[in-house]
Amino acid sequence: MNLGGAAFKLRSRNSARMHFREDAKISDDHHHDHDNHLSDMDAKVRALQTILVEKGLVDPAAVDVVVETYEHKVGPKNGAKVVAKAWVDPEFRAWLEKDASAAINSLGYVGRQGEHMHAVFNTPEQHNMVVCTLCSCYPWPVLGLPPVWYKSPPYRSRVVYEPRKVLGEFGVELPDSTKIKVWDSTAELRYLVIPMRPAGSDGLSEDELVELVSRDSMIGTGLAHAPGQE
Amino acid sequence: MDGPQDLGGKRNFGPINPEQDEPIFHAEWEKKVLGLTIASNGLGHWSIDEGRLARESLSPQQYYGLSYYEIWYEGVTALLKRHGELSDAELAAGKALQPGLRTERRVSGEAMSGVLASGGPSERPQSSEPLFSVGQRVRTKLAHPAGHTRLPNYARDKIGSIQSVRGMHVFPDSSAHGQGEQPQWLYTVEFDGAALWGPDAEPGLSNTIDAWESYLDLA
Repeated sequence: MNLGGAAFKLRSRNSARMHFREDAKISDDHHHDHDNHLSDMDAKVRALQTILVEKGLVDPAAVDVVVETYEHKVGPKNGAKVVAKAWVDPEFRAWLEKDASAAINSLGYVGRQGEHMHAVFNTPEQHNMVVCTLCSCYPWPVLGLPPVWYKSPPYRSRVVYEPRKVLGEFGVELPDSTKIKVWDSTAELRYLVIPMRPAGSDGLSEDELVELVSRDSMIGTGLAHAPGQE
Repeated sequence: MDGPQDLGGKRNFGPINPEQDEPIFHAEWEKKVLGLTIASNGLGHWSIDEGRLARESLSPQQYYGLSYYEIWYEGVTALLKRHGELSDAELAAGKALQPGLRTERRVSGEAMSGVLASGGPSERPQSSEPLFSVGQRVRTKLAHPAGHTRLPNYARDKIGSIQSVRGMHVFPDSSAHGQGEQPQWLYTVEFDGAALWGPDAEPGLSNTIDAWESYLDLA
């Protein structure tokens, strides 16, 4: 079977198709997908929900709560607040190093896929990157749901052996002297990368610092933005 | 198992292609698959490990050909069928043909926020002493089990060192098959890139995995 990039991009049907597409048609397809309410998957999933609700196994309100939570309430802004606090508060940073779950929970970020948190700190000497080669483990309470690339074969297969090339595809180049450690989330520990505080951010408040912390910087595929860059 | 999910080190999957301004969901049905899966997990028929096993038991053609939430749809329908809560006849008919079994475990809308906030911790009380300590050299097992495992292929039969001792955690290799939690000590093990990838490893690379005690021997 040909698993080359081009074939891979085109194999899936419906909305799946866009996930590996590199051209500029994504927004068109996206729009189209929302309009296409008679797609295969749409019909299959509606039928499944109807069956499970009729059988008394699923409360449709519970499905709505899940979607509302991860679409609107829980996202990478949570993690950004953890990072900004670690930058300005040495006691919090020390707590995060020693017991990341407790430190993160203290800010109100708790729950599913973040039960056992571990923070890894970038330095000029060492950069950290996180992957789940076996599935899609990701720290939901601090980052929300993972992006498609994080869950997809190209990232999961490559970052463990060629992280510098992968970083290059995210527009990140590190000095040759910086070592890279890749953390594979093979158990229920969930890793949060604490990026380095950017140069020129000395005078900023904690709230202003939050805006510099991108999602990718907390996975390790990006760096925190310099002030004025984001 | 050596299934299609075990991707670390595989070749020819192409560029990463991160999507700019990516939406959280790409279609309405994806939201429902996520919600239905988490609600169905709440029935308590299966563990998170059995859930992963269901998804990685898809054929390579399916696993690589389907999108993420299509894989989840296949996984949750397989789990519901295995546990008697769904039949092919019902899927074909698009309606319920017999009542659900665990209706008393249905997660209500009011309860779901609490379910999401409490999660499902895998750590268990420490009932033994850990065999290994930080800094010790260990060799991962050489094994190709037919069942579920969380020891990835690229890190088998390799020498690394214990970076952290993480407490005792549910053992996925048994939990996935309905054989109980059988908690074991869990360790973060660190490897030099060259120990995993040979002389072509990127300079300065190291890798870690989280490994249960039975995956490891003293080196």
